[in-house]
Amino acid sequence: MKLAVWTYEGPPHVGALRVATAMTGLHYVLHAPQGDTYADLLFTMIERRDHRPPVTYTTFQARDLGADTANLFKTACEAAYERFQPQAMIVGASCTAELIQDDPGGMAETMGMPIPIIPLELPSYQRKENFGADETLFQLVRRLAEPMARTETITANLIGPTALGFRHRDDIPEVTALLEGMGIKVNVCAPYGASPADLARLGAAHFNVLMYPETGEAACRWMERELDQPFTRTVPIGVGATRDFVAEVADITGLEPRLDESRLRLPWYSASVDSTYLTGKRVFIFGDGTHVATAARIARDEMGFEVVGLGCYNREMARKIRALAKEFGVAALISDDHLDVEAAIAEAAPELILGTQMERHTGKRLGIPCAVISAPVHVQDFPARYSPQMGLEGANVIFDTWVHPLVMGLEEHLLTMFREDFEFHDAAGPSHHGGAHVPRDAADAPGQEAPAEAGNVIWLDAAERELRKIPFFVRGKAKRNTEAFASERGLGEISVDTLYEAKAHYAR
Amino acid sequence: MTHHSPPPPAMGCNNAPVLKERGQHEVFCGLTGIIWLHRKMQDAFFLVVGSRTCAHLLQSAAGVMIFAEPRFGTAILEESDLAGLADAQEELEREVDRLLARRTDIRQLFLVGSCPSEVIKLDLSRAAERLSARHAPKVRVLNYSGSGIETTFTEGEDACLAAMVPALPDTDARQLMMVGALPDVAEDQALELLARIGIDNVTVLPARHADAQVGVGPNTSFALTQPFLGGTHSALERRGARHIPAPFPFGEEGTTAWLRAVARDFGIDQARVDAVIDAPRARARKAVAKAAETLSGKTLFFFPDSQMEIPLARFLTRECGMEAVEVGTPYIHKALVDPDLELLAEGPVIAEGQDVEKQLDRCRAARPDLTVCGLGLANPLEAEGMTTKWAIELVFTPVHFYEQAGDLAGLFSRPLHRRDRLRLEAAE
Repeated sequence: MKLAVWTYEGPPHVGALRVATAMTGLHYVLHAPQGDTYADLLFTMIERRDHRPPVTYTTFQARDLGADTANLFKTACEAAYERFQPQAMIVGASCTAELIQDDPGGMAETMGMPIPIIPLELPSYQRKENFGADETLFQLVRRLAEPMARTETITANLIGPTALGFRHRDDIPEVTALLEGMGIKVNVCAPYGASPADLARLGAAHFNVLMYPETGEAACRWMERELDQPFTRTVPIGVGATRDFVAEVADITGLEPRLDESRLRLPWYSASVDSTYLTGKRVFIFGDGTHVATAARIARDEMGFEVVGLGCYNREMARKIRALAKEFGVAALISDDHLDVEAAIAEAAPELILGTQMERHTGKRLGIPCAVISAPVHVQDFPARYSPQMGLEGANVIFDTWVHPLVMGLEEHLLTMFREDFEFHDAAGPSHHGGAHVPRDAADAPGQEAPAEAGNVIWLDAAERELRKIPFFVRGKAKRNTEAFASERGLGEISVDTLYEAKAHYAR
Repeated sequence: MTHHSPPPPAMGCNNAPVLKERGQHEVFCGLTGIIWLHRKMQDAFFLVVGSRTCAHLLQSAAGVMIFAEPRFGTAILEESDLAGLADAQEELEREVDRLLARRTDIRQLFLVGSCPSEVIKLDLSRAAERLSARHAPKVRVLNYSGSGIETTFTEGEDACLAAMVPALPDTDARQLMMVGALPDVAEDQALELLARIGIDNVTVLPARHADAQVGVGPNTSFALTQPFLGGTHSALERRGARHIPAPFPFGEEGTTAWLRAVARDFGIDQARVDAVIDAPRARARKAVAKAAETLSGKTLFFFPDSQMEIPLARFLTRECGMEAVEVGTPYIHKALVDPDLELLAEGPVIAEGQDVEKQLDRCRAARPDLTVCGLGLANPLEAEGMTTKWAIELVFTPVHFYEQAGDLAGLFSRPLHRRDRLRLEAAE
């Protein structure tokens, strides 16, 4: 038993729903109690879809439990087929139905339906949403895709984008354009926009583009093995990764690596002097493994930030993220407990968080700006404008998105110059954002971070005043470092000199 | 100043045939009530014993996450709990100890059963008893089920309040108990009106804090403010309290009838009541009239959601001039909604339960001017050209009593008004 307040991932059947909802001509019959239909609103409200997800919930109740829930499932299956006439159906159980062991898959297979029925085994008490999506796509592909002649011209499948994915909608045209630039057409994009009939012709492509390992890797591995289709390992988020992706595609296909960079702005925006203030900004990165890995590279190599912490919530990516963290010289945080993540962020005291909606809230509480880079999604993550993460336009979007929450260049210098100014101070927040002005007294809430006495070390008044002049987002760290420095040296008091000696000591 | 509501219909819906349906229910489970109950009871924590789905539901139903650390959470059952490898009772006690150590402000803890905990027959009442003994007197631990296999949406609040009733102390005092978790603003207005009518000894269930003195006994009369409190109604009657049947206090007419019924029960004459309510009645009518300009003559279709559908249909037809085509509700507590059914003129289909596909067929055939439905259906129906009102807002917004009557009507007129304002078609 584990106490959770907010979760990064839903249960695995929600992953299956994301696949079903992304597709056409597929129907999902889910053995589930009343109430599990809440999942519909994820798609109709958060993603603003104008259709109901193609799901039938059997809606069993307590009084059915002793009687005949199995029959309820069969009736629901038949009614769904009659009404929706899908090309194929997936069937499975939600967490409660898993406990009553009706075996929906087994039942559906014996019903003699004239269409492919694909049973899903999604262990609700062990796995989560991403696994559910990955497994569902894999089972669909395994059942429906067959070896066949390749298309005459070189084509690729796009694998992994789902409903309710972080910017999947806009990544698809971006990757399609990257491939088109090299003369490669898209054969099938799946699951987003594909029908079961489309899945049947996956084998015609020359290779697969694995857009999101979280939701497409099992399918790609199976197609590599069974259909002899290589797949790309580079996720083209960021300038460097996009160039690497093009090189990888060239390698797989034998085509020239062609990339039209005429609309790419990130490198110049980053190099222009206005961006000098971004240098060495301390960032903490958290989200799903794929977006974190790509964000870390962009942060360090393309924005000039310093990565002070990184991690992911999906255990499936733990090994990759640990290796990455090692490369960056930080400890990896692998956790799906948002309170752990909050504690790690507070400890690292970054100047910017690149995280999920969860970290956006954490940042709000800690007074640290945050840009969202990964699911779980929020209605804000489905903007009306074109807003990809992948490809060259994705890089442009990322530059804007990450810079936006920060206090900008000259403003930051003014804050440093006049950090005791009564109204123009760091805790008041960037001037280009809304929100009420916070007067200094309220921002420096009494008692909060009050140095006073720490263990046996006493802060002298002058040192305490000096500490308050340090920007609030690094003040906690400066305080801790100074105290550690003092106690290591057996000092009973901290003076202004001690503060600056500690600063010099910890400076790299 | 006198006011006249339209006379009661010659034939109400109280004896109308009820279309009972089974099938896919497009509704929330009872866990959802935690979203408003934890705001109402300010020292209570709601611990759902359930699955990742339960946690995900609460997070999604809250829509935007309320990010002050909420006073609810989910103890997620894991494989080891199900396989009997871990003693679930012990695990639960450990989690509760940890929680209460961290949240010292908590005075009431509700262990909330879910579909999985009910199916594996995890005995939460035993757990609540043991934990109560352990943490008394500081924290009282109660349990109820908000599972989808037993409760539909607002029935979760009913189950919660019903679970509180046996623990209430006895009292012989002559008092009114007002039952239902209302937004503070509406609750305060009701208490003020009751006081001015001459009823001072009023308790509210649920109280905002655990230490409020809420007793119950044979001299307690209770009035419900929500139509979904059937279980709480029975639990209070078992404690000897007496129910005051009345239409529910939505709109001017409902509020007046509700207050008069309460006053009658306390032997207060109508002239005194009328002197108090004349002014707010007039205000309510004026406020409703504005929205009624938009609503009058429009047809209305309710998908089942909160059980508030019948009283709201009464309000919308009688005070706003709408014409109800279908009034779907998850469950009909006859004893509770009969006074509203009597006032609702015959005509609409009264439906209990749901087969969402069949109901959608009926709705599309009827092409109502306004469809009241859940969040899963609203955008798809809008995309088909129908105008919708999401039902959940009715539960989350102050809509009871006189001063909110105009707001309540406004919730229904706004979608129609919006559709009129938007000019999104290409020029012809």
